[in-house]
Amino acid sequence: MSQETLEAKDHYVGEFERTGRALPAFEALRRQGIERFAALGFPRGREEAWRFTDLTPLTEIPFRPASGTANPAQFAGLAKGPLKACQIAFVDGRYAPAFSSLDLPPGVRISSLAAVFRDDPKRVEPWLARLAAPDGNPFASLNTAFMNDGVFIFLPKGAEFPKPIHLLFLSSLHGEAYMTNPRVLVVAEESARASVVASYLGPAGGGYFTNAVTEVFLGEDAALDFTKVQRESHEAFHFETLQVHQARGANFTHHSISLGARLARNDFTATLDGEGADCTLYGLYEVTGGQHVDHHTTIDHAKPYGTSRELYKGVLDGRARGIFDGKIVVRPAAQKTNAMQTNKNLLLSKDALVNTKPQLEIFANDVKCKHGATIGQLDEAVLFYLRSRGIGLAEARRLLIHAFVSEIVDTVKNDAVRSQIGGCYGLLMGRA
Amino acid sequence: MLEIRDLHAGVGDKPVLKGLNLRVGPGEVHAIMGPNASGKSTLAHVLAGREGYTVTAGQALYRGKDLLAMSPEDRAREGVFLAFQYPVEIPGVGNAYFLRSAYNAIRKHRGQPELDAADFLKLLKEKAKLVQMTEALLSRPVNEGFSGGEKKRNEMLQMLVLEPTLAVLDETDSGLDIDALRVVAEGVNHLRSPERAVVVITHHQRFLHYVVPDRVHVLYDGRLVKSGGKELALELEEKGYAWVEKEMANVP
Repeated sequence: MSQETLEAKDHYVGEFERTGRALPAFEALRRQGIERFAALGFPRGREEAWRFTDLTPLTEIPFRPASGTANPAQFAGLAKGPLKACQIAFVDGRYAPAFSSLDLPPGVRISSLAAVFRDDPKRVEPWLARLAAPDGNPFASLNTAFMNDGVFIFLPKGAEFPKPIHLLFLSSLHGEAYMTNPRVLVVAEESARASVVASYLGPAGGGYFTNAVTEVFLGEDAALDFTKVQRESHEAFHFETLQVHQARGANFTHHSISLGARLARNDFTATLDGEGADCTLYGLYEVTGGQHVDHHTTIDHAKPYGTSRELYKGVLDGRARGIFDGKIVVRPAAQKTNAMQTNKNLLLSKDALVNTKPQLEIFANDVKCKHGATIGQLDEAVLFYLRSRGIGLAEARRLLIHAFVSEIVDTVKNDAVRSQIGGCYGLLMGRA
Repeated sequence: MLEIRDLHAGVGDKPVLKGLNLRVGPGEVHAIMGPNASGKSTLAHVLAGREGYTVTAGQALYRGKDLLAMSPEDRAREGVFLAFQYPVEIPGVGNAYFLRSAYNAIRKHRGQPELDAADFLKLLKEKAKLVQMTEALLSRPVNEGFSGGEKKRNEMLQMLVLEPTLAVLDETDSGLDIDALRVVAEGVNHLRSPERAVVVITHHQRFLHYVVPDRVHVLYDGRLVKSGGKELALELEEKGYAWVEKEMANVP
């Protein structure tokens, strides 16, 4: 263990000792979290799951839990919900009622976790940290130790929520290097349906550390469409541990749109723990400069007749680096599983780099599993064809990049989100 | 319209064109015929500006301008069109969208207003009828999953929409059945006008039944070794390229 890593770990343990007592509820859980983190420390390159992701830049900065002194005025433009959705917003990890508008049907509950911790912690106890357990990965443990706010969404049996629920996590620009630990808990009972959009946004130049944990429980035949749009500052560090539990016939569709952050790491796990559960993970990462984006997915087929599809696509420019590590586990009981995984990458520069790694662990004999990965450049013959018709080189490149990413963008159901993403890649690809 | 003077060009270090001369006037259709590996496709690609081909000597003037100094897109914007022998497939880019981008890029270059999607679609459908392209093919990604004949008809559709001043057809007739051949030929004939010129590069004489050329040239070993009227094509058909090779062998 290097000296730096030791100090980095001790820094967070020290912060916990200093400020932890003031954190609301779940004292034992927090204690378990920090102890686990203290035992593990930050992962190092020796661990297989971290072989391609060097955390040295993260460990060099002593981030402190955000003090909540940000001036929300800098986000005034976002106040009225850009997605015309039911919106719950956070600034530097703290619930920001001024930017939130919740108009809920009976029985549906969307509330700030801080309020739940304060008034009724028993309400979330059956689920909180049951998936992202305090004995899990060090980032989830760190979040569990420090969590002080976030979202609790409860959809009772049969509830249909017509509008998307927008979770907006804003990071402000201020002097201190700060850390936030957003926590999201979604519980959808039998046959409930909803769509959630989680946006992580930060201003240029903001050097902060977002360490999010999202836990999703889907009851029988529940359906959740979850889109994550990560547009953190290019100086920021972004981590998310997403854990999904699916009962019989539950349907989970996820998009991970990753455009921002200096270093972004996504650890996604879905457990298909009931017959006929269906899980679809889409990913789109577009990075440039020295950005680093890492998606680690695990789809755990535990019961028969489950289906899962994964399609992750990346566009990398500059010295950017992308990692896709997709594990599919098919347990002995999970006969008739159908699992498909694809990762495609487009490199726009000679210095961009991609590591892609499928892992299949199949313990059942009557299953269909397919995986494939590609890494390529813009096709010179196609570029010439477009130019020979009068289309300029920059426009020809833009057309082809657009065609590459549209396979993912077109699958985003929410119009507002889709056009928002469209605007983002337009900006990035303007430089292509 | 087009004047090629002593053109030497090759692929990498390998010389292919070895002093080619050609003059094409407005309103004329020229056919260039030749055996395999005589330099037909190299000529087409050099005129369109494809990377990987090096011009070592000579020049090509298009309406008095140095064609070889222009970027591929500028050649197209100035009115040069190449119908590809092997049109590429472009997954994810709709055929109509692609054509409108090209059409408007050329309009913009000429200082003309761009057409919106609705007006362009009207124009596109009219032109599509001429080459018997279905509307389904217009909305699909460019050439993706098209048959050989559909790809060639799509080349002709692009030509009719972009209305070039100089069209170069690189073996557009190869691999076509007789019906598709007629459709492609009709496309070319539709484009013919006193202001426009067409260079048809072909291996077979058959296509020239339908697109009757003003001049026929034989390309052999990188040079035009024989030129004549349309009857030269018939003579070639009858005697084969071996005849030219034999004649060339007799030249000291």
